[in-house]
Amino acid sequence: MTMGTVLALLGASLAVILAGMGSAFGVAVAGQAASGVVSEDPNQFAKVLILQLLPGTQGIYGLLVGFIALSKIGILGGSPAELSLQTGLMVLAACLPIAVVGLVSGRNQGKTAVSAIGIVAKKPDQFGKAMLFPAMVETYAILALLVSILAVNGIPV
Amino acid sequence: MAKDYIYAVARVRSLEMSLFSGATIEQLLAEKKYEDCIRFIKDKGWGGTEADFSAADDILAYEEAKTWKTVKEMVPDMSEFSVLTLPNVYHNLKSAIKVATMGEVNAKVFFDGTEPSGEKMTDIIKRTAYEELPESMRAVAKEAYESFLHTGDGQLCDIIIDRAALKAIKAAGEASKEKLLQDYARTYVDVSVIRIAVRSAKTGKTSEFMKRAMEPCSLNIDKLVQAALAGEDDVIDYLLQTEYKEAGEALKTSSSAFECWCDNQIIETIKPQKYNSFTIGAIVAYILARLNEIKTVRIVLSGKENHLPEDAIRERIREMYV
Repeated sequence: MTMGTVLALLGASLAVILAGMGSAFGVAVAGQAASGVVSEDPNQFAKVLILQLLPGTQGIYGLLVGFIALSKIGILGGSPAELSLQTGLMVLAACLPIAVVGLVSGRNQGKTAVSAIGIVAKKPDQFGKAMLFPAMVETYAILALLVSILAVNGIPV
Repeated sequence: MAKDYIYAVARVRSLEMSLFSGATIEQLLAEKKYEDCIRFIKDKGWGGTEADFSAADDILAYEEAKTWKTVKEMVPDMSEFSVLTLPNVYHNLKSAIKVATMGEVNAKVFFDGTEPSGEKMTDIIKRTAYEELPESMRAVAKEAYESFLHTGDGQLCDIIIDRAALKAIKAAGEASKEKLLQDYARTYVDVSVIRIAVRSAKTGKTSEFMKRAMEPCSLNIDKLVQAALAGEDDVIDYLLQTEYKEAGEALKTSSSAFECWCDNQIIETIKPQKYNSFTIGAIVAYILARLNEIKTVRIVLSGKENHLPEDAIRERIREMYV
């Protein structure tokens, strides 16, 4: 296995690890807030569950980019391509947008979801508006996902 | 991110839904008789369902105990709230000294839930085992007990302990990393000192008495004492030149308007916490809002029981948090 292949694998791993970390943190803090609301008002379970799940998407995006990268370099098929150092670095760079943005946006979307859960606790009928605030953060994770997918797909292997 | 208060703050947000708003207090005020008011608050769930309380004191004590029990469930380390519990702790010390000196009393004189409890403090005072008290209370307990024992002057005993309480609250506020607790402690001490000045001016207390009772704070104590010696109007004039000019305006209206302002000042301090989702400040604000709510209901019930006119009760009603 060449150094290029190792770097490409590192890129795929970072996409999954960092974006997954961001989601894990976001879902965890939103889950704490959701538990606080449900302990007083169990009727809000469905609404706060949706808000808790919002920061979970970054982990999925990271997984998606990781799969595409692994597929691109042949590891999924069991026959890794012999990538040059330059190509390996290109795959690593292509995975970074969703890795870094996934981490940051997952954490921050979790915090925004906590605040949105506070809105639902006080004004359950404002759920639609409350959901928009954390959903805004999602925009940047989607942009990063797009760039990562386009970049990984565009690299000739 | 700050320490893990996310669960507690979210739970507090739900609990805030059941706080009385200004409109609810107006509805309570509109009830004709004291008994109707009791029924009103019981219909709102006050007093619980397990015990059949009919006396206002029992219902209000139950609600206060319930508030602290809920907070203990959410935040196991209650030392975070020492700024809020210190007034009750020092009140119990005052009562303990008097019970230890004068013997058992039938009335309920201690607040529940303090550490150490009022009964334990009484036992410690009787045995003069001051070292068993928290370190910050030892010297003041000894001084206040000996002064009460030798002079029999209950007021002197009270001002010694009240001053120590203000000092402890100020220190706890300064030691806290939470801005709300810092602001609360500062406001509490300032307002208490203003109260001392106003009451001293009304009762013609000496400069020595006032200086012994007043803890240094953001107000100029020397100027305040001089103003109090000259009379209530001078206290008002002094306050109008400070950041507490609204206190001066309230004093111009009436004593009850001033007392109302004192509590409203605390509510103003905590109001920004309605938009805080992460820190202990929101929980502190909930506790203070709940205590303010209980106090306001007590004022309305007391007014109704004593057949005060609605306007007279309304003047004493505190601003609500929600």
